[in-house]
Amino acid sequence: MSMNEEQVRNEVREWLKENWSPNLDLVEWRLKLADSGWGMANWPAEWYGRDLPVSLVPAIEEEFNKIGALTIPKSGIRMLAAATILNHGSDMHKEKFLKRIITGEDVWCQLFSEPGSGSDLAGATTKAVMVGNKWVVNGQKVWTTSAHKAHWGLLLARTDMDDTKHRGLSYFIIDMNQPGVETQPLMQMNGHASFNQVFLTDAEVLPDFQVGELGDGWQVATTTLMHERRAADSLRSWGQASKGDGPIYDQERVETETTMQPYKWYPQRAGRVDLIMDRAKETGAIKDPAIRQEIAKLMTLHKSAEWTARRARAAQEQGKPQGPEGSLGKLAASNVARAAAKVHTLISGANAMLTGEDSPMDGTIAEILVSFPASSIAGGTDEIQKNIISERVLNMPKETRFDADKPFKDIPRNTVS
Amino acid sequence: MKFSFSEEQEEFRSFLRRFLEEKSPTTEVRRLMATDAGWEKEQWRKVNTELGLTAIAIPEEYGGQGFGLSEQCIVLEEMGRSLLCAPYFSSAVLTANAILYGASEEYKKKYLPEIASGDLTASLAFTEETGAWGISSMSMCAEKTENTYRLTGVKSFVLDGHMSDLIIVLAKVNDNSGSQRLALFSVDSTATGLTKNLLNSTDQTRKLAKLMFTDVEATCISSEDDVTEAMQKTFLKSCIGLSNEMVGGAERLREDTLEYVKMRMQFGRSIASFQVTKHKATDMLADVELAKSAAYYAAAAFDDGESDIAATASIAKASASEAYMQTAINAVQMHGGIGFTWDNDTHLWFKRAKSSEVFLGTADFHRELMMQSWDQ
Repeated sequence: MSMNEEQVRNEVREWLKENWSPNLDLVEWRLKLADSGWGMANWPAEWYGRDLPVSLVPAIEEEFNKIGALTIPKSGIRMLAAATILNHGSDMHKEKFLKRIITGEDVWCQLFSEPGSGSDLAGATTKAVMVGNKWVVNGQKVWTTSAHKAHWGLLLARTDMDDTKHRGLSYFIIDMNQPGVETQPLMQMNGHASFNQVFLTDAEVLPDFQVGELGDGWQVATTTLMHERRAADSLRSWGQASKGDGPIYDQERVETETTMQPYKWYPQRAGRVDLIMDRAKETGAIKDPAIRQEIAKLMTLHKSAEWTARRARAAQEQGKPQGPEGSLGKLAASNVARAAAKVHTLISGANAMLTGEDSPMDGTIAEILVSFPASSIAGGTDEIQKNIISERVLNMPKETRFDADKPFKDIPRNTVS
Repeated sequence: MKFSFSEEQEEFRSFLRRFLEEKSPTTEVRRLMATDAGWEKEQWRKVNTELGLTAIAIPEEYGGQGFGLSEQCIVLEEMGRSLLCAPYFSSAVLTANAILYGASEEYKKKYLPEIASGDLTASLAFTEETGAWGISSMSMCAEKTENTYRLTGVKSFVLDGHMSDLIIVLAKVNDNSGSQRLALFSVDSTATGLTKNLLNSTDQTRKLAKLMFTDVEATCISSEDDVTEAMQKTFLKSCIGLSNEMVGGAERLREDTLEYVKMRMQFGRSIASFQVTKHKATDMLADVELAKSAAYYAAAAFDDGESDIAATASIAKASASEAYMQTAINAVQMHGGIGFTWDNDTHLWFKRAKSSEVFLGTADFHRELMMQSWDQ
């Protein structure tokens, strides 16, 4: 342990001793964290942080956890907003938004995907046009988590149809509470509505709320997306609210539950391999030689995917360059989910046709069977993953582009979008 | 549990890879596989003496280097990669472990140092004509005479059995109490009554023999105890070793195929630029990497004494069987017509993939073993 870490730990302990109390109001406590810089210690000192290296954050959080003091949740769209604003925002943005991101008073959403551009995010056609002294926005966004509750949206919109695809985009922060913004839940094939569609009809954005330069939208969006990948990794640990007695813990539990609500079916999406053996024993399916083979195939895939992830992590921890094993996790997860859904079907037999309370485990099995396809689509389809791996890991030729070096308006695109 | 190789292990691997590339190019593999013996004493001695490969996993007290299975698996992986033609798996894996776990102290001291030095080659004769891999499915029964035992019957699919100096045979013994137990016997390869037939194996780099015993004199080398457990340990350790050997071959095939598609031009473009080729290449990467993870994990888990090791060994073998064969099928397909010719090297690994897919049990067999160990 370096002296530096020891010093930081001492300082945190000292500060916590004077300031932490489970009787505080959640926002009140987070304001203290913002003002002291201990909430987001790796942020700049002038913006609610302490300029500490990110590698010291786990030590700080450990000190918090030791005495049950609450930390700032490091996930969620609002943290993506914070990362984007810290990297590309103006001082006005930092002043206006960062503190209320830390306190959790503002809910944020991300307006990137469109019905006409999913894998091809940079093909966005939602337009922002300067009318008088305001940007006027028209278009449709989709797969927007929390849009119905959001105060602010991170918006990627086209500001120039004559420039190239990537250069014609700009990045804005849009006020979600205005007549031009209409939010509708988007019902999925599994009956959940975790996301929204957002219709923008002459919605307004003040010029000050542009992030980065005009035409830099794609570059700014890349920052957001980079942090999105990291946030996805920490989603699991975040879902577990701290245990403790006192009003502040209750407040946090309510907040966590609300935030986690859209993700309730995510374990089913991954195939619930954890249920397989018990289900096979309960139903007697484990005696069927054909089903035994399928269970063992699934377990082989599941275990070797897990060991591959461990191997990738071990290499990373040792500071070795990432080998090919590090890029395969998402693809492997899709395969595991697909195989698991198949095996759950075999185990359940005729009951696999039923859903809800008529079906095994009060609908959990049925939910797996209609949720797993999301694994190979969300966050980058298997096909896009394979393009990326073949190009970056295997150094195979890049896909031929038909959308570079020409005005966006001349690029063929969806007629319905 | 370790999930990565140490710097020393990585260095050993890269040294060994270069060494085997030099000593066992495919021209050499083709030369040796065309001979009945399948390997050459002089050539093997040169490879082995310099690096002490046969000694690596044999305990120091029996003249070995005392490394773990993880280290031996590096050797096996690199041998699988280069298709080295040598009596290694038969002597240093199957037989050495059978002796290590099943023989009495006297015979460990007698045989292991010689196997470690490479002076003695040995084959383990356990499978019979049914081709069943289960230890308990053996039917050969040794007959006890006054001072010794006599063996009659057939052992088949015996790796390098036509060439080895020593044959270790697994057979049943009738105890005085009337019950049967499994025991290990040593038989000299020149013993009277022993007929050794080289079988025509599809994979010419892996020679299999049928050994016919007619009242052959044999020495019991195991103690009074039944050797079932020792043989099970030998079997699962060998499965882990073979899995590592297999992923070495699979990775080599995958790399060669990738190199080929990048070079091959059709329709005025590299065939590697077709998305269907890119996606298949990615699937191959995933198949091989996942199988590697299972093989590596199993070796480390064996060294760590993990309790679920039987299932883990079967996961490794099932994974390697599927991945190697699938990689080989894809490799021929992606080479196109040239991949189906004798002159192209792809079929050398394709055939090794096929023989290894089956040797010590197919994926289905191992999946059933997994289920048996989880569902008790």
